[in-house]
Amino acid sequence: MTEAMRPHLDRVQTRALIVGIVGIAATAAGLMMNQEQFFRSYLLAFVYWMGVTLGSLGLLMLHHMVGGGWGVAIRRGLEAGTRTLPLMFVFFIPIAFGMHSLYEWTHADVVAKDTVLQHKSAFLNTNGFLIRAVVYFVVWGFLIMRLHKGSSIQEAKGYWGARSFLQRVSAPGLIVHVLIATLASVDWIMSLEPHWFSTVYGIIFIVGGALTTFAFMIIVVRFLTQQAPMEGMVSSQTFHDLGNLMFAFNMFWAYVSFSQLIIIWSANLPEEITYYAKRLNGGYEYVALAVFLFHFAVPFLLLLLRKHKRQPQILVKIAVWMMLMRLLDLFWVITPAFGHDKDGVPMPHVNFHWLDIAAPIALGGIWVWFFMMQLKKRSLEPLPVS
Amino acid sequence: MTKPLYGLMAEFETADELVHACEAAHAEGYRKMDAYSPLPIEELHHALHIPDTPLPKFVLAGGLAGMVAGMGLLQWISNIAYPYNVGGRPLNSWPSFIPITFELTVLFAGLTTLVTLVMLCGLPMPYHPVFNVPRFKSASRDGFFFCIEAEDPRFDLQRTKEFLNSLRPSDVSEVEQ
Repeated sequence: MTEAMRPHLDRVQTRALIVGIVGIAATAAGLMMNQEQFFRSYLLAFVYWMGVTLGSLGLLMLHHMVGGGWGVAIRRGLEAGTRTLPLMFVFFIPIAFGMHSLYEWTHADVVAKDTVLQHKSAFLNTNGFLIRAVVYFVVWGFLIMRLHKGSSIQEAKGYWGARSFLQRVSAPGLIVHVLIATLASVDWIMSLEPHWFSTVYGIIFIVGGALTTFAFMIIVVRFLTQQAPMEGMVSSQTFHDLGNLMFAFNMFWAYVSFSQLIIIWSANLPEEITYYAKRLNGGYEYVALAVFLFHFAVPFLLLLLRKHKRQPQILVKIAVWMMLMRLLDLFWVITPAFGHDKDGVPMPHVNFHWLDIAAPIALGGIWVWFFMMQLKKRSLEPLPVS
Repeated sequence: MTKPLYGLMAEFETADELVHACEAAHAEGYRKMDAYSPLPIEELHHALHIPDTPLPKFVLAGGLAGMVAGMGLLQWISNIAYPYNVGGRPLNSWPSFIPITFELTVLFAGLTTLVTLVMLCGLPMPYHPVFNVPRFKSASRDGFFFCIEAEDPRFDLQRTKEFLNSLRPSDVSEVEQ
């Protein structure tokens, strides 16, 4: 069956590569034209696709701990998703080069005048940033290799051959993953505004990534089961479960995002409120409204109805929509950090650039190409549970 | 004096036979009938052609009522009944009203579900004729029962009994009213 599916996967892989190459060419042209903007859009694209790689890792470990038919159906996709980590490491390299234009705290003259940044410099310094990034990737890579090994043992010896091994990796793995993904979100996104801090930030990043991953995996499963060799292999009950989980993760995302807003809004402290002052002024209030309506409210109402979850052709449309809205949300989280002049006065307009679309498509094309390559390496048949 | 008949009850040994019996009876034109099983069978819903329940509409109405009640309560308190300046924030501080509004939405929707469900199921129901069949006790253990009610316009004691027997049940019995 996996052999029979190969032409279909090849077809998607080739198309993704073409999209990726065209996107990379456009993004490279953007780099020539406006280097500052290139790094901003590139960071948005990197954070978006890193969310799917890390979401795959988190959900795979979650599935090993709790089981369930939903995980059996998307397990091969999640495993292939985790194995895109080497690609994400390559994608990280431009950020290392763009540090100086992205992060205010890399400027020695700014830090010299700023007491707060001086106190934070034990953590926020160039070497620390790079060393930590390498450590994150090594730890994630180690977890992924262990999970990969357990999966191979299960293929050879059956489900029970490595179940307890996979659980022994996943239980501590989940804890470690959440801790280092939190640190990574602090390093890569939160430190764009180095004076600001929020303790729920890491969870918003992790949950958002898991939500993107669910949407992506629903699209993958829908695509696979549309092809003749795999037709009907995933029941409408399983699509219902996947739809429910996407619904739950969207609510979880809304819950943690709103928690952050209400705590900061209620306290209204000068060092915290700047974050929302930037994101709810200068046109960004409309982006925020769109995120609330189209990321949360509309999918919430659509996914309440049973028939939208049980019919894959409807669920996949909601999943595509969800993936687009995830990008809008990250745009709203990341871009306003740059939307102010040297004195910190907000710019009176939304700082949108065509590279904010081109860069996610470029990285996405390459990401999907690499994902398909990984998906083909292993059997597509989910492991039976007994 | 013979008691009036509630219906005819057939007993099956497997869930598949029960589902098949429901489909056959519906194809035969019977409408007033019900199936009793010790475990939920998803196909039964389709086999019996049970119309969709109106419950979701009640729950939606309850949820919306809770939402309006929560937001309305807080707006009334902070704008009309007891306007109070808290740390310079506006009287209509709607973001801080959201948690209460959300909680009341969930509470009203949950209570509506409970009350409506009990009412739609016709509970409490201290007496039901099907329990007059002695073997019906096993409907909560291992027996699958199918009952065609005498109210059905196509019901005829002789012909319906023959029809049920044609489905090869392990037993067919008359259910007294």
